[in-house]
Amino acid sequence: MNILNTKSVILFAFHICNIISGLLCQEVLAGVVAIVSKEAVQHQGITLTMEGIVNLQLSSKSVGVFEAFYNSVKPIQLITSNIEVVKQGKVPGGKTEIPFEFPLHTKGNKVLYETYHGVFVNIQYTLRCDMKRSLLAKDLSKTCEFMVHCLPQKAKLQPTPVDFTITPETLQNVRERSLLPKFLIRGHLDATNCVITKPLTGELVVESSDVAIKSIELQLVRVETCGCAEGYARDATEIQNIQIAEGDVCHSLPIPIYMVFPRLFTCPTLETINFKVGEFTCNKYKSNSATVCGLPMADRCDSLFLCRV
Amino acid sequence: MHSRARRYESELQSCGLEVAPVEFSDYHPLKSITVTDSKSRRGARKGSTSSSSSSSSSVAPDPLSSMLDGTDPLSMFAAASASESPPTLSQSRKRREKEDEVGVDFEPWSSKRGEILARFTTTEKLSINLFMGSEKGKAPSLASSAVSEKVRTRLEELDDLEEGSQRELLNLSQQDYVNRIEELNQSLKEAWASDQKVKALKIVIQCSKLLSDTAVIQFYPSKFVLITDILDTFGRLVYERIWSMCSDPRPLPDSFTADEVNDTAKETCLNWFFKIASIRELIPRLYVEVALLKCNRFLTKCGIQETVPRLTAMIRGIGDPLVAVYARAYLCRIGMEVAPHLKDSLNKNFFDLLGTFRQIHGDSVQNQLVLQRVEIPVYLTLYSPAIHWILQCVSYRAPEALLTEMMERCKKLGNNALLLNSVMWAFRAEFIATRATDFIGMIKDCDEAGFPQHLLFGSLGRSLACADPPEAERLPILNEAWKVITKVRSPQDYINCAEIWVEFTCRHFTKREVNTVLSDIIKHMTPDRAFEDAYPQLQSVIRKILTYFHDFSVLFSMERFLPFMDMFQKDSVRVGVCLSIMDVFIKHQQEPTRDPVILNALLHVCKTMHDSVNALTLEDEKRSLALLINGFIRMVSFGRDFEQQLSFCVEARATFCNLEPVLVQLIHTVNQLAMETRRVMRGSHSRKTAAFVRACAAYSFITIPSLTSIFSRLNLYLLSGQVALANQCLSQADAFLKAAVSVLPEVPRSISIEGKLRSSEGFLLDFINNFLSALLVVPDHPEAGVLFLVRGLLNMVQDYTWEDNSDAKVHVYISALPLLAAMSQESYLYSIPKVDSNETLYGGDPKFLAEINKLCETLIGQVLDHLKTLGRDESIHRQGSLAFSLFGCLLAHGDLRNNKLNQLAVNLWNLSHKQGYCNTRTSVRTLEFIKHQAQQPDMVHLSDVLHRLTLQSRT
Repeated sequence: MNILNTKSVILFAFHICNIISGLLCQEVLAGVVAIVSKEAVQHQGITLTMEGIVNLQLSSKSVGVFEAFYNSVKPIQLITSNIEVVKQGKVPGGKTEIPFEFPLHTKGNKVLYETYHGVFVNIQYTLRCDMKRSLLAKDLSKTCEFMVHCLPQKAKLQPTPVDFTITPETLQNVRERSLLPKFLIRGHLDATNCVITKPLTGELVVESSDVAIKSIELQLVRVETCGCAEGYARDATEIQNIQIAEGDVCHSLPIPIYMVFPRLFTCPTLETINFKVGEFTCNKYKSNSATVCGLPMADRCDSLFLCRV
Repeated sequence: MHSRARRYESELQSCGLEVAPVEFSDYHPLKSITVTDSKSRRGARKGSTSSSSSSSSSVAPDPLSSMLDGTDPLSMFAAASASESPPTLSQSRKRREKEDEVGVDFEPWSSKRGEILARFTTTEKLSINLFMGSEKGKAPSLASSAVSEKVRTRLEELDDLEEGSQRELLNLSQQDYVNRIEELNQSLKEAWASDQKVKALKIVIQCSKLLSDTAVIQFYPSKFVLITDILDTFGRLVYERIWSMCSDPRPLPDSFTADEVNDTAKETCLNWFFKIASIRELIPRLYVEVALLKCNRFLTKCGIQETVPRLTAMIRGIGDPLVAVYARAYLCRIGMEVAPHLKDSLNKNFFDLLGTFRQIHGDSVQNQLVLQRVEIPVYLTLYSPAIHWILQCVSYRAPEALLTEMMERCKKLGNNALLLNSVMWAFRAEFIATRATDFIGMIKDCDEAGFPQHLLFGSLGRSLACADPPEAERLPILNEAWKVITKVRSPQDYINCAEIWVEFTCRHFTKREVNTVLSDIIKHMTPDRAFEDAYPQLQSVIRKILTYFHDFSVLFSMERFLPFMDMFQKDSVRVGVCLSIMDVFIKHQQEPTRDPVILNALLHVCKTMHDSVNALTLEDEKRSLALLINGFIRMVSFGRDFEQQLSFCVEARATFCNLEPVLVQLIHTVNQLAMETRRVMRGSHSRKTAAFVRACAAYSFITIPSLTSIFSRLNLYLLSGQVALANQCLSQADAFLKAAVSVLPEVPRSISIEGKLRSSEGFLLDFINNFLSALLVVPDHPEAGVLFLVRGLLNMVQDYTWEDNSDAKVHVYISALPLLAAMSQESYLYSIPKVDSNETLYGGDPKFLAEINKLCETLIGQVLDHLKTLGRDESIHRQGSLAFSLFGCLLAHGDLRNNKLNQLAVNLWNLSHKQGYCNTRTSVRTLEFIKHQAQQPDMVHLSDVLHRLTLQSRT
């Protein structure tokens, strides 16, 4: 996070102490602004700006290309705050460090959502540091994103195990069921209410299959819903695809299902007036070596509820 | 010149040092006399002497004495290691009690590595397919074959190619493949060093992806070894990096807990695990996570404990049984390194393996084998290294009950030969040995079509070579095993197996059984010259026999041993075998032998070694061959049968004519034989023995000229001459000495010593001095002139082309003077019993003495001439030292009462001191000596001389 001003060689940087592991709401953002320069630096004031924004983007699938391009929904501001760290004046040469602290207080009844980077919904928190300077010199600016984790849920989470069976009959995206080879896969997920920091676990057993299995994969899909004037758009996109079996696995031997939720791209299931993130779902894939259908076969499975404990 | 008369005996007495009584029990000149706390020092070797060395004086310990105090550096090292090792042992034992650490008795992976690489090779073409680019394009696209999508992926690929990151390498030979992998290993290290962590991870992922590819299946085990090397590197790099992140105030102790790790390090570690968790494909994800298993220590206390079982279960998702079993082997290996106490997951791994065992005979495997044209037995052996390893981990320090249970479970599975084989490999040899008969039964029950039976017997034999089965079962075991082995058709398979069982046979049975085994091997290996492809195994057979049979009379009485040797028909191998036999013989043969069986056989063996010498043989090789043959010759003794010994030497000379050191040894042996004869006859030979010693002399006389080294020839002539003289063979001695003198002119001015050209002058002077002292006792030949040998020698010296500018000739002249002085004595300094020297022959005849004096004068004249020439040149320094040595000679041997001589000596003294180059200390000591001598009654005249000798100080 350095800016090198070539003329007067000013190294202007700032550093947030607790950026790495993420902040919980209600916590304090603390850090230090560092200015390194050989000579004294004249400036018109140094300010820090914190901003939390939800960006919504309409999918081209649901509203059409042009609308999607022009009609993007207005960003929702969650938090904004501005403080002047140093008044107009001079910073002496050498290294100057100015510590700062920001409380994460929201305006009114607004809630801070957890940082999330999706396709159509983005919740992002940034901290910007500006050094205003006289007309002749360029202003210096530096931006840095920081993570916010929402508060842990108070209520205890009940594990909700679920069993599933996959057969040619349960497949959804197939037209000619008769052409499919016969197979039976059974399994269970240990919970559909998952803690976001804990992996998704379960087991799966290939009971029988007429043809050799090539691969079994686990797909994590997110469903984002954006509300706007024209109604709402709902989109499902893949986050992560994990192979849990490769090749013709041993039949009737339980194979573990195990997936770590990727950070940033997942967040606890969230539902607000304007947008909705959640309904993470989990799909199972099964590809057969036979070219009967050519396409991989997928089976929708259960939607997951994610939360943080 | 007149030599002074000497009374050697009284001189000896007066010169001798006073004899001081020495108490040996207490005193040692080198021992420390300081009072030391000898009890705390390691004085165990010295025993009582060290405690008694407490004299009261407190002299500073000199270095020698301190070394002798039982604490010389070598024993100090030994002591240090001895004192260190017990604590480490006890420490490790303590630790083992705590968490079952892996001890030294666990055969490490590194020793298996090379074996696997050497064994699983292929001539087929291999390919490496690496996608260093992003993986997004590779996921099976969800029915969206829109043009834009295609274009996008293509563009991406283009980008990737620009980075030079995606490549598919086809048609690689095995060596190319190995090189490529090594390149990847290097680029991994480079990427890591240049802080490109993501690139490093990508390389590792791509490499581990190669492990899911079972094309060219014969190469798979080697591929596994190569790629896991990369994974190991990666695991180590990551671990070290995170470890270094926590070393800020001070480095973490080895036994740190997660609490001591700082947040930054934890976060980095977590980041790695998140990255790995999102790897799409199962096999790379699994391997990379296993590689980073150790890093779990940074996160939580029981991280490893929880992860290993999960990874074990994850392997179930691998369909291909071969890929799965190697993944298990890798997990077990890392598990053993990181957390050896987690036995349960090791066992779980093995039971999972048993659970999926039927996969091996599944359809998809069979189809693949048909496609790759690999036969089932070959395919099954591919499993061996991995299953061996897993079982080795499982059985390491495992209780007997567990092993028994494992064995029972293996037994229950159909077609268990593969497992049985690994059980025999991996389980404790003692465990196998006590159940050897059961195992033989099980092996017999195995399906013939599957795993090759000879491999099973090979594994059993390997165990039995280290541990002994019950006494009563040994013979039945051997019989049963050999029944199967002898039926193996392929000579290569046969010899591989037989070689292993030879050890068992040698260990427990006598030569009869070994002989039978050898004859069976000969029978199998002779048709179609099969032995040509099996030299390493055959050599190993010989080695094993030699380890157990040190008695060569037993060894060579095996009828089949020599015929077995005949199978080594390639020269280099043959010589190698001979070398190892001779090596063992020299090491283990304690007493000289005359056993004709041994002699014949070993002579044959040595002859083989000798015959391998040709123009291209290196000097070193020749030397080691000669060393071995010499060792053999020294071990041959026919006791009192000297004639036979001589005839053996004659035979040996004929056999080993190309190796000079052997000839030298033979001459020494014969000389020794002559002296031995003399000793037996107590100095007076009978007619028969006299003829024998003359034969010995004749032997030496005709052997010496065949040597090329001039100095060996000279020295041997002299030595043999002395031996002949000692045995009263006067004419032979004359012949030897004459031959030596006649060879002298041939001495080159420089000779090569250890590859460097050196001047021969020093050696020549040494020899001549030696020769001169021998000449004292050689009686003159009645028909030749007086002192003909001395004259002859001096003539040769005069004619020899010495180095330019060298004083060597004069040195010879000066050293001849003492000889001449000694010859003019009434009784000589030494003589040979029963040989009349010149003292008796001439009886102090004045003519004889006059002859000597004349000779002396000539010599002194020559020396003086030379001194003059030196004065002319600018070599005054040399002049001074030569003059001084002549002075010394005159002083010691000349009769200084003679005025002329007296004057000459004084002149020489002055000459040597004229230029002040003389060593003052020597001069002072010389003067002191003269003073001392002058006190003796008949040497009073020396005090006059003393007055005339002035000491010039250099100032």
